[in-house]
Amino acid sequence: MSYYKPKFQHPKLPKNELGYTVADYDGAVSTLCAGCGHDSISGAIRNACFLSAIPPHRIAKLSGIGCSSKMPTYFLGKSHGFNSVHGRMPSVATGASVANRDLIYLGVSGDGDTASIGMGQFVHLIRRNVNMTYIVANNGCYGLTKGQDSATADLGSVGKYGVKNPFDGIDLASLAVLQGASFVARSFSGDKEQLEPLIRAAMAHRGFAFIDVVSPCVTFANNVGSTRSYAATRDNLDAMPIDFVPMREEIRTQYKEGSSQTVTLHDGSIIHLHKASRKYKPDSREDALMALQTANRTGKVLTGLLYLDTDSQDLNHTLALATKPLNSLGKDELCPGSRVLKSINEGLR
Amino acid sequence: MKQIKGINDFVVKFANVNGTGSASANHLFAKAIFRMGVPVSPRNIFPSNIQGLPTWYEVRVSAKGYLGRRGGVDLMLCVNPQTMEDDIASIAPGGYFVYDSTRPLAPHLKRDDISYFGIPLTAMCMREFKVARLQQLLKNVVYVGALAALLDVDFSILKDLLNDQFKGKEKLILPNVHALEMGYQFAQDNFSCPLPIRLDSSVIDAPHIRESKHILMNGNTAAALGAIYGGATVAAWYPITPSTSVVDAFSKYAERMRIDAGTGKRNFAIIQAEDELAAMGIVVGASWNGARAFTATSGPGLSLMSEFLGLAYFAELPVVLIDVQRSGPSTGMPTRSQQSDILAAAYASHGDTKHVLLFPATPRECFDMTVQAFDLAEQLQTPVIMMSDLDLGMNDWMSPPLEWDDDYEMSRGKVLDAEALDEAESWGRYQDVDGDGICYRTLPGAHPDKGAFFTRGSSKNEMAIYSEKGEDYVRNVDRLLRKFETAKSYVPEPKVHDPIPVKKPKTKLKLGALFFGTSASPSYEAVEILAEEGYPIDVMRIRAFPFHKRLDAFVHDHDMVFVIEQNRDGQMRQLIMNECHIAPDKLTSVLNYSGTPITARTIARQIRQALNVDSADIVELHPEIA
Repeated sequence: MSYYKPKFQHPKLPKNELGYTVADYDGAVSTLCAGCGHDSISGAIRNACFLSAIPPHRIAKLSGIGCSSKMPTYFLGKSHGFNSVHGRMPSVATGASVANRDLIYLGVSGDGDTASIGMGQFVHLIRRNVNMTYIVANNGCYGLTKGQDSATADLGSVGKYGVKNPFDGIDLASLAVLQGASFVARSFSGDKEQLEPLIRAAMAHRGFAFIDVVSPCVTFANNVGSTRSYAATRDNLDAMPIDFVPMREEIRTQYKEGSSQTVTLHDGSIIHLHKASRKYKPDSREDALMALQTANRTGKVLTGLLYLDTDSQDLNHTLALATKPLNSLGKDELCPGSRVLKSINEGLR
Repeated sequence: MKQIKGINDFVVKFANVNGTGSASANHLFAKAIFRMGVPVSPRNIFPSNIQGLPTWYEVRVSAKGYLGRRGGVDLMLCVNPQTMEDDIASIAPGGYFVYDSTRPLAPHLKRDDISYFGIPLTAMCMREFKVARLQQLLKNVVYVGALAALLDVDFSILKDLLNDQFKGKEKLILPNVHALEMGYQFAQDNFSCPLPIRLDSSVIDAPHIRESKHILMNGNTAAALGAIYGGATVAAWYPITPSTSVVDAFSKYAERMRIDAGTGKRNFAIIQAEDELAAMGIVVGASWNGARAFTATSGPGLSLMSEFLGLAYFAELPVVLIDVQRSGPSTGMPTRSQQSDILAAAYASHGDTKHVLLFPATPRECFDMTVQAFDLAEQLQTPVIMMSDLDLGMNDWMSPPLEWDDDYEMSRGKVLDAEALDEAESWGRYQDVDGDGICYRTLPGAHPDKGAFFTRGSSKNEMAIYSEKGEDYVRNVDRLLRKFETAKSYVPEPKVHDPIPVKKPKTKLKLGALFFGTSASPSYEAVEILAEEGYPIDVMRIRAFPFHKRLDAFVHDHDMVFVIEQNRDGQMRQLIMNECHIAPDKLTSVLNYSGTPITARTIARQIRQALNVDSADIVELHPEIA
């Protein structure tokens, strides 16, 4: 870890259209281990928000407990953050998002936080289609308690103590597709080119957007025999590159027709899926599940945009929430007054 | 045989099979008495079951306006053969037994000290009605008609109520009224009506009830209305008896009163969570984001919410929780009442935690205290738990009408908006600027570059920066204690009533009684009984935790203080011992934890025992034996 983050900025750091530099999206110095995959994810989140020119204070970042859940301290220092309870961030995010539908919600969790203690809440978060981006920094082990296998650790993967994991791992991406998530992606913390556009697309998506990010634990699971080490992940990576083009930049895109598939999000942003990788359409749950199963069987880590439903209706829509955020409603909108109460009394006599 | 007699002063108990529509017929009976202007308190004593098990409904009529349970049964109406033997045994000598005489009564069920009234309910309904479901349902209405004749219930009021009940389903009015008349006529033709126990609305001795134009409603509905009027916009919950009807009622009223007229959209969100952990998490998230949010639960739910309550206490987030208590531990008796979550709520969660509790005793207080809970939670930035119970929450109580001051403004507490942040020279989330332990909070999204901070359950310094330094931690938790001290001046004060004058006291001891919630009504009654017997007792009704300093003084001023409550371990007594500087010997528990609400007679009996009063000296005031 580092102890010091220089405040000096290059005077000519490029600015986004809001006039912010990428440094305006920085957080505090990371206290994670040097080389931790999670720090790369923090960097990708920072860059994604900068590139998409999201005002930092309009983002609310939430997390549970664990190494992963420390991350929100290390990016977006101008955003409110909530480091909640182990495995319970989904419910906190649900409450926050219905209270103020105008903010952008970014949840960061880990494989212990999501696939074990928080499995129940995670599944119900998907079921409700809460409008948020949910990133799992997935390293297959419990870092903060020193390297126990997590529920996503692959069968036979060897941890730092040399013991083979005897249980089948839970595949969060498959689970999310199966449970009806409207945006499911997988990436690798070391693949910035893919991860950044995925995060940007997820944040532009209306509804629940899930990104499972393989993020090696350098301290407890980066050894030979671990299926989540940097080396193993790189060796087995089956990546589908993508690009993300926000609505307002569309004119500047250079892609020739036919060279890639495009998917348009509800706000007009466009996702380009490079045809070079494989023939894959992310609009079919069945195809996504098949591709994931095939990759799992062959020991590959399939990354990219796996499934997307651009027509999904989020929880705010399902609840028919007022356009004005609930937290901004005042007495006049909320309190029926004494005359109504008198008639209620009358009905109780 | 001597028969119990009394005008406007008796207890009727119905013994039914659940799922047969009896509760609504029994409620019809109670509501008619209420409409006559006679003080009445109905109680549904029901099983955790949908169909086929024994269920009871107790209706107390009290000229003096006592609304708690008295104890004892004067008239038993039994249509459930499963429990008939016990039901008959429970009738007071001189009492009355009304039953379905379609089949003859077994000889061993005959007592010679009670009067029997057989009505062939099943036979009458089989004869008169064709539809099987009606044959079943209308049996209940037939016996209500018979009781109207036996007890002098105003028949026109019963008919009005049926008309109200079936508004929009006119087809059902005719058979219901017919059933009512059949029962009435049968009783007139076969029995000497009315009985020595009967109603007479012209001789009511409870002016306070008549003058304040009481309403009849349950505490859960009142709490739901409190949430509507208090400005709650987010309700998250998991179904659990006996709290379920809080959110049901909130939903019903919100659909009527919280729809935006222009867009038809909802100014509220109700989320049925996957469990109580998530319900509380949703409330915590919504409150963090500045919405007024609440949940309602009962014992097991409170346990599951404990972790989040600790977070909300330490992260200083407003949370409103309505705990409708039932019998624990574990599933206990889920449809029976107790006041047994006191300690679990007061100290919910691990580490050093304390929570603000409110103790409503009437539906009116359920309404007022729910509104107040939202104000307190935001003012104090901490969880506030309203401690209702099944008896108050699910039963209809006569209550003063709900009142609303249109000048009410929500107290949102110390929240800095963008303008205030621009004006502030410096700001730290956990700086105690005002010295009252309450700091200034900001809401997400408030300002482009000021006021953002990290909310967390971990230790932090005044600037909300993570810190594991011992001195930072200690300063923070000591400030939380200071805040709890501040809370004492915010929460509702205890109620103290003028002592009842006793001419020749039979004791030199200065006696006091402390009670709260649904223990209050029967406690007041017991105190009046004991005053007439020569034992004056001063009373204080506790309405909130942290305790007011007057509670300390009250205990110090008395030689012996009874703490009357409905749990095994004397939890309120323990809480008082824990929080006040009081010698434990001064506090004597008066307890009932059978699951059915405590009665005035139980309280009086336990206090006599504690005072070593020879029970041979005692003449029971109720019922009067002719």
